[in-house]
Amino acid sequence: MINGVSIYEILTLTSIMFFIGVYGFFTRKNLIAMLVSVELILNSAAVNFVIINKYMFPGKLGGDIFSIFIIAVAAAETALALAIIINLYRLIMSVKTKDLETMKY
Amino acid sequence: MNLNLMILIPLIPLAVFLLLGIFFRRIKEPVSGYIGVAGLTIVSLISFYIAISYFLDFGLVNGEYQKIIVFRSTWIHFTDNLKIEMGILLDPLSAVMLIVVPLISWMVHIYSLGYMKGEGGFTRFYAFLSLFTFSMLGLVLSVNIFQIYIFWELVGVSSYSLIGFYYKKKSAVLAAKKAFIVTRFADLGFLIGLLILSYFAGTFDFLTLTNLDFIQTLNGQAVTFMGLSVITWALILIFMGGAGKSAMFPLHIWLPDAMEGPTPVSALIHAATMVVAGVFLVARLFPMFYFIEDGIALEVVAYVGAFTTLFAAVIALTQYDIKRVLAFSTMSQIGYMMLALGVSGYGEHEGLGYMASMFHLFTHAMFKALLFLGAGAIIHAVHSNFMQDMGGLRKHLPVTHITFLVAALAISGIPPFAGFFSKDEILAAAFEHNKLIWFTGFIVAGMTAFYMFRLYFRIFWWNDPEYKHKPHEAPKTMTVPLMILAFMAAFSGFIPFSDFVSTDYSPFHTHIEWGLAGASVGIGVLGILLAVLFYKKENDLSDRFARAFGIFYKWTFNKFYIDELYFFITKKIIFKNISAPFAWFDRHIVDGTMNGIGNSTVWISEKIKGLQSGRVQDYAMYFVSGATVISMILWFLLNN
Repeated sequence: MINGVSIYEILTLTSIMFFIGVYGFFTRKNLIAMLVSVELILNSAAVNFVIINKYMFPGKLGGDIFSIFIIAVAAAETALALAIIINLYRLIMSVKTKDLETMKY
Repeated sequence: MNLNLMILIPLIPLAVFLLLGIFFRRIKEPVSGYIGVAGLTIVSLISFYIAISYFLDFGLVNGEYQKIIVFRSTWIHFTDNLKIEMGILLDPLSAVMLIVVPLISWMVHIYSLGYMKGEGGFTRFYAFLSLFTFSMLGLVLSVNIFQIYIFWELVGVSSYSLIGFYYKKKSAVLAAKKAFIVTRFADLGFLIGLLILSYFAGTFDFLTLTNLDFIQTLNGQAVTFMGLSVITWALILIFMGGAGKSAMFPLHIWLPDAMEGPTPVSALIHAATMVVAGVFLVARLFPMFYFIEDGIALEVVAYVGAFTTLFAAVIALTQYDIKRVLAFSTMSQIGYMMLALGVSGYGEHEGLGYMASMFHLFTHAMFKALLFLGAGAIIHAVHSNFMQDMGGLRKHLPVTHITFLVAALAISGIPPFAGFFSKDEILAAAFEHNKLIWFTGFIVAGMTAFYMFRLYFRIFWWNDPEYKHKPHEAPKTMTVPLMILAFMAAFSGFIPFSDFVSTDYSPFHTHIEWGLAGASVGIGVLGILLAVLFYKKENDLSDRFARAFGIFYKWTFNKFYIDELYFFITKKIIFKNISAPFAWFDRHIVDGTMNGIGNSTVWISEKIKGLQSGRVQDYAMYFVSGATVISMILWFLLNN
């Protein structure tokens, strides 16, 4: 509980963060940058868990534990994504999204 | 007497058909013929043995021939009342057919060894001959009217494939189609009649249907339609099926064209056996025809038969294609059989017409098959169907000449040949019943003699043309069947037929009415003498006569334009006004709907396939947009 700050402000902040992540995922031309955007989305979700737990169910720990899970999953996911990106780079010498459009109609 | 052997009679030809049909590429030319002949030999021997011992030995019990159901099993079981059975019935009628059908078929099988030698499709030919024999034997042995209908159609199919045997020849294909469509149209009548009859009678079974008490109860509960009992209508419709197969006017148009098939086929199917199926059918149901409503349906049979016999005989006078002359002669003779059935009564001597009809069926099969096989030998030698290409052949084809002469004498009703006896019985029966019909038959007897001897003299006498290839007598395989049939045609008249076949299944005695017989022999001889005058030596008498008759000759020569009339009705009226709109509806509305669905799917997918761009970001965009829209909708709904 932070004095003078209501849950609305913090949720607004995390929503902004979430949509920045979504916007970044849609518009970046580079796979690494897309990965960073995904991290931003996940982080906004993690912050939401903590905040909602803190403001609505004080004294309980469920949301905190979920946010720790999210961080762990995000780490694993980042490792996997990086591995894929490195393999792609070896294959086509590029990590640009426009070079990865072959799977279409 | 082990009658179980009879099951082999239809099954052996079926087995031969399957063997030759399945392995028709493996089994080469002479072998397939030998297989067919061997199968038919066994069938014929069994059939003759059973038929003869039926008549002479075990058939007659207490002065009445037994109707023996040799074998019967339920084929399709719908309910206890409605079931379709297959089986074998042995009675005088089927026993007679057991002599006619295998004998002619056997002779034709042997004859074809020579006639079809070197023609393409030898194995196919024998396969279809066996199929036909199977169907015809199944037909004559049927225990119920539904079984007869099944085999009836099978006979039609094998006839179709044999008429169209030379399937590369356009006229043969057209003739095959014509035969199939016309007889199929007639069979529609048969089917409807059969359904009406079985609906009201509650059974398909012949033994029940021909039971006199049963017929009386049917008569009692008559439901009428347009003034006649429905049973009478059913019988008339069944007769329509029979008229189609037996080439009665006006459903006769397919028979002359059917001569496009190989000549042995014409002999077997379109002269001796299949075309008498209609007569057989009427004879099978004879008690119904006679007793339902005092025989109104039988009157129809009599008049159709009488008209056809005259009509066909008139046309036969003018034709030049020898096979066509024989085809019209067949029609005319079948008309005889029909009119004989039509004038017959029921009971001992009253049933003379019935007996005469079966007798004529028997003798006609012999001499007409002989005539056709003889014509085949002539065509084989001259390579033409037309009389104009023939003449003076008696020196080149001695065996064919003698056998043809025997057959011509037999069909003209000259004693002591077979045709005399059967024709005399028919005319005697007609004389007792209906003078008009008798007079028709009497005139036709003279015309028959004239056109047969026109054929005979025109082929074997007339003049001595120079043949490009010197005609030579046919091989032994062809002449031996001719001789056997000539023997039958000469002497089968002495069979005391009334001892064997009668309406009430008990033998009776007939005697020749010398007055009537003398008259019919007289007119026959007159016809022959006229033919001698016209055709023995080359002269222009017949042309002068043809010119003198002018328009009438032209009409007759063109078969009274019946074919053209049919074409006009089918093409100009039915096709144009009924079939064409239906075809338009089918092509544009029914097919159009289906094609429209398919085409619009293709069109839409062409337009929207760009959505699948392969870019992950686009997909994510669609996903998020969709999720957003759905959540907005949910939010909106839940807030209300």
